[in-house]
Amino acid sequence: MTFETPHQDQQTVMIPPPEGDRVIDVHGLDFFYGKTQALFGVQLPVARNKVTALIGPSGCGKSTLLRTMNRIYDLYPGQSASGTIQFDGENILDQAKNSEQLRARIGMVFQRPTPFPMSIYDNIAFGVRLHRSVGRAEMDEIVERSLVRAALWDEVKDKLTTSGLGLSGGQQQRLCVARGIAINPDVLLLDEPASALDPLSTAKLESTLMELKSSITIVIVTHNLQQAARISDYTGFMLLGKMIEFRPSSDAFVSPETKQMQDYITGRFG
Amino acid sequence: MSSSPTVANEALRVSDAQGHPRAPRNDWLFRTLCLTAVLAMMATLIGLVGSLLSGGWLALSHFGFSFFTTSTWDPVADQYGAAAPIVGTLITAFLALVFALPVAVGVAVFLVEICPQRIARSLAIAVELLAGIPSIVYGMWGLFVLAPWFAQNVQIPLMTWVTPGSWLEKVVSGVPNGANIFTASLILAVMILPYIAAILRELLMSVPSHMREAAYGLGCTPREVVMRIMLPYVRRSAIGAVMLGLGRALGETMAVTFIIGNSHNFPGSLFDSGSTISSTIANEFTEATGDMHISALIALGMVLFMITFVTIAIARLLLGRGGPK
Repeated sequence: MTFETPHQDQQTVMIPPPEGDRVIDVHGLDFFYGKTQALFGVQLPVARNKVTALIGPSGCGKSTLLRTMNRIYDLYPGQSASGTIQFDGENILDQAKNSEQLRARIGMVFQRPTPFPMSIYDNIAFGVRLHRSVGRAEMDEIVERSLVRAALWDEVKDKLTTSGLGLSGGQQQRLCVARGIAINPDVLLLDEPASALDPLSTAKLESTLMELKSSITIVIVTHNLQQAARISDYTGFMLLGKMIEFRPSSDAFVSPETKQMQDYITGRFG
Repeated sequence: MSSSPTVANEALRVSDAQGHPRAPRNDWLFRTLCLTAVLAMMATLIGLVGSLLSGGWLALSHFGFSFFTTSTWDPVADQYGAAAPIVGTLITAFLALVFALPVAVGVAVFLVEICPQRIARSLAIAVELLAGIPSIVYGMWGLFVLAPWFAQNVQIPLMTWVTPGSWLEKVVSGVPNGANIFTASLILAVMILPYIAAILRELLMSVPSHMREAAYGLGCTPREVVMRIMLPYVRRSAIGAVMLGLGRALGETMAVTFIIGNSHNFPGSLFDSGSTISSTIANEFTEATGDMHISALIALGMVLFMITFVTIAIARLLLGRGGPK
């Protein structure tokens, strides 16, 4: 991946949510794949119990930004981040340890559905048991509630003991959402969760996310501008590793200020 | 290839410089050669099984089922029962697996998930070097180094330590020379370890990275990711890898012959000397004179062939299905 050096005179527009509403606040984030810099001083204020969408052309760094927020990049030696990501009063980039606890509070759903090689029930119970011990009855309840909230319960309630790998792609992805919310995270990160799904499954997933946002903060990376416009409260537009424009979605798609975002959402590039 | 005939003809015509249409090419020679190769191999296999059967028939028909159930192996009286070597073969192979498997899993997990990739590659080569050591070298090392050391530092102290008459004493009793079933299993374990570790490593590396990320993303520790997600993900293929190792342990001859003690008595303890099918054959074939003796050895060979065949067949079946679940 190579990134052109952004123009020095590039204008950026930030219309962030009020500071008190933010659950995650990213400031001056630089990210490196080895020696290649992928993010340049990125800002991202994430409002509590809202959906924040990240859009931009492929390779602009939106997935990278998402992957710093739960430190999943830690798995790969050579990837590094600097700057601040304020979460719960701490800079999560500072903590060298305890990424496990962080990831329990900031969950993630990936582009490809990733059911574990175990039953539907255990896919959800597995994550819960990692963080606390739960009795059988309570676990049953957690599993059911998570599946209901992920709009999957009706489809799988009669086959909870069968393998999660036997579900369709859209069901698998909703299972991953159910698994993510079962451990009660504050934030759920979704990396193009619908890119492998058919339109019907996508619609179901979107309505799931709309339901969830009353209790969970959602950050979603998407290539689908209609999807971003439909479900998000705030939209961040990124280009070449920079946050170009960030504003409430209500006007982001109607009256973007920067030329780059105008070009992007009108399909002139990207 | 039954596309349009005109297109095919055009293509053929191009290849001739003089403009003469070339005769349609035929692959019969190539196909016949390949077919011959397969037929030759199948004929060898069938011939081998056939000669094992006909060679062993004398002993098998004479002793009947007792060939497998009795353990009198007496060339002088021409009495042959193969229970001791059969059981010896199964026990040493199984013990070798018990010793090797945890180490192999540890090695594979370390190489894939814990140590930095650059070091992992050189370490993996070192593991594979173990597989390249000829078995007779393992045998010599076992007899001259491991056996005396084992007798001196494990067997004798254990035998003096245990209470006489206890069940533990029965387990560790035997001639304290280090040449016994236990040390043979240890040698076998070292020999099959690199195979199992190498296959397990490749299996673990085949786990999709998004599966790992998803597990870590839920807040798993590396141990939980390996034990709960990655190993279950490759479980079926891993059993195949283990069976391949088992197949090798079952058939191994030289190293075992060196160190197992070569006794035809039914092994009474872990530290008793014993024999395996292949060590018995290796020891006795040159000295076998009577027809019945030779036939009994050939029948032994057939038994080993069947045991190994079944093991490898199961391994292939499991490996072939591959993938998750």
